[in-house]
Amino acid sequence: MSTLKSFLRHPTGMIGLFVLLAVVILAVSAPWLFPDDPWDMVGAPFQPPLSEGLWLGSDMLGRDVAAGIAHGARISLIIGVISTLTSLIIGVTIGATAGYFGGKVDEVMMRITELFQTIPGFILAILLVATLGPKISNVIFAIGIVSWPPLARLTRAEFMRLRGREFVQAAVCQGQRPLTVVLRRILPNAISPIIVTGSLAVASAILIESALSFMGLGDPNLMSWGFMIGAARTVIRQAWWMSVFPGLAILLTVLAINLVGEGLNDTLNPRISRKR
Amino acid sequence: MTSASINSGGRVFAVALALAGWFVKFVAVVLVIATFNFILVHAAPGDPAQVIAGQSGASDEKLLAQLRAEYGLDKPYPIQLANYLKRVVTLDLGYSYRQQRTVASLILERLPATLLLTATAFTLALLSGIILGTLAGVRAGKWSDTLLTIVSLLLYATPVFWLGLMLVLLFSVQLDWLPAFGYVTIGVPMTTLQRMGDIGMHLILPAVSLAAVYLAIYTRLMRSSVLDVTHQDFIKTAKAKGLKQGRIIIRHILRNAMLPIVTVAGMQAGALVGGAVVIETVFAWPGLGRLIYDALLQRDYPVLLGVFLVMSVIVIALNLLTDTIYRVIDPRVSVRAAS
Repeated sequence: MSTLKSFLRHPTGMIGLFVLLAVVILAVSAPWLFPDDPWDMVGAPFQPPLSEGLWLGSDMLGRDVAAGIAHGARISLIIGVISTLTSLIIGVTIGATAGYFGGKVDEVMMRITELFQTIPGFILAILLVATLGPKISNVIFAIGIVSWPPLARLTRAEFMRLRGREFVQAAVCQGQRPLTVVLRRILPNAISPIIVTGSLAVASAILIESALSFMGLGDPNLMSWGFMIGAARTVIRQAWWMSVFPGLAILLTVLAINLVGEGLNDTLNPRISRKR
Repeated sequence: MTSASINSGGRVFAVALALAGWFVKFVAVVLVIATFNFILVHAAPGDPAQVIAGQSGASDEKLLAQLRAEYGLDKPYPIQLANYLKRVVTLDLGYSYRQQRTVASLILERLPATLLLTATAFTLALLSGIILGTLAGVRAGKWSDTLLTIVSLLLYATPVFWLGLMLVLLFSVQLDWLPAFGYVTIGVPMTTLQRMGDIGMHLILPAVSLAAVYLAIYTRLMRSSVLDVTHQDFIKTAKAKGLKQGRIIIRHILRNAMLPIVTVAGMQAGALVGGAVVIETVFAWPGLGRLIYDALLQRDYPVLLGVFLVMSVIVIALNLLTDTIYRVIDPRVSVRAAS
């Protein structure tokens, strides 16, 4: 409870939370706010913002930019959260195994992690989506595959720190199985830095998703912010609003998540905060 | 300086050892990525021969049969993989049936532009980050700290391709100062010097957009690093010896404070190269990233796989570069200990 209270007193964290809530509300209410399919033509093409019925203007095919942004919010948030969960599962598993067992296991796990940190992750994501097909599940999988190394490193460090503590040793001596020790003894004590890094990972997942769909690798049935910018890129001289507004939506959402993450960091890890 | 105690023979040996270690890493990464590429071709939906041909649906049966024979696609996987690795080691990256050229020649043609862009952005981010961060650290004040924090928070949250587009909107469309896209002005006769200047003008916007976020990260890091170092004892000693302020900053503070920034820059080389792909797409910069984009539109897999391999090698090269910089500037660590 005291954690919640101290977060509520964190000014930038609260600003982030309010903006993020607004984006979530926009995403949830998109089908009611803009009941038409965001792919449908609703007006004349190339209408500037504040035209009749089109707050943010229309694109080159007469689609409503505002509707695209509202529906795109759903995709960005869904992909951001689920792909982060995917990378959490991979990263925490690998980091926990390496940190708990140490020695040879740790060596092998860390070499794999290092390798994944060396290869250009975004290009790997492009390759994965291109070969497996531009479906939302593949996009999530690809982002998860390229985002786990920092989570694995963090989890490993936390596990190594906690591994030698008395309460863990006591549990091991009592004959508790490794899985029990890991899940019930160590993980709960390592969870707060993982939550912080995980929340920041949601922001970077949204950025990767937008870049993928900007490159034309998004799910072709789902409206997304990156796709809108990619499609409007060639007409930027005539129609700035088509790329400016979706970009602002990405910026605001990612900024809000980062602010919430830093706020969580300051409240959950008060000792090591401000050291980033 | 303790490094003086290492005799020159030992130093040569240590450098050789470090290079050997780097070479092992290089070979390991190439082999793993090649293996990964191989798995990907076979994991893709459809016939691997179709993937290699870059076709789906309607396809030329004769070509597919020829490909199956050529790549031994009927043989067991381990043998296929061994053959593939053998080809990669001999720099045979395959053939693009879409473009009717070898992948290696396509990549070689595009490589200079990408190297120019990534090297410029990397140097720009590192040098300006170190300089700005030192200035901010030496005269640490409230306003510079706040400004830095706000700018870096905003840049962390900005998609790199959108930043590029916004810079185009401002500097090309509105102000008309810089070219919006391309590598060099086409159809104008130019001397070599003029041509270099023209490429330089085209390079500014892509390089700045690519470097911006790293510039913010390094400036922030450098600032806190400078503040850390300034409070250490050897700086007090230097001051007590009566050294001039400028000399203390350059010889003592800068050299030590740069180390963590160089380390982080090495770790982020992969992200920088990935960002180059998007930036090249935005600015129609004729490098490997643009090649990826075109290959994506045509589903030209041999090109995609080849570029992935080459770009990973670029990242390893950047790692070697930052390793070397680290060793040159670090007054304490011997060459062997750092790897």
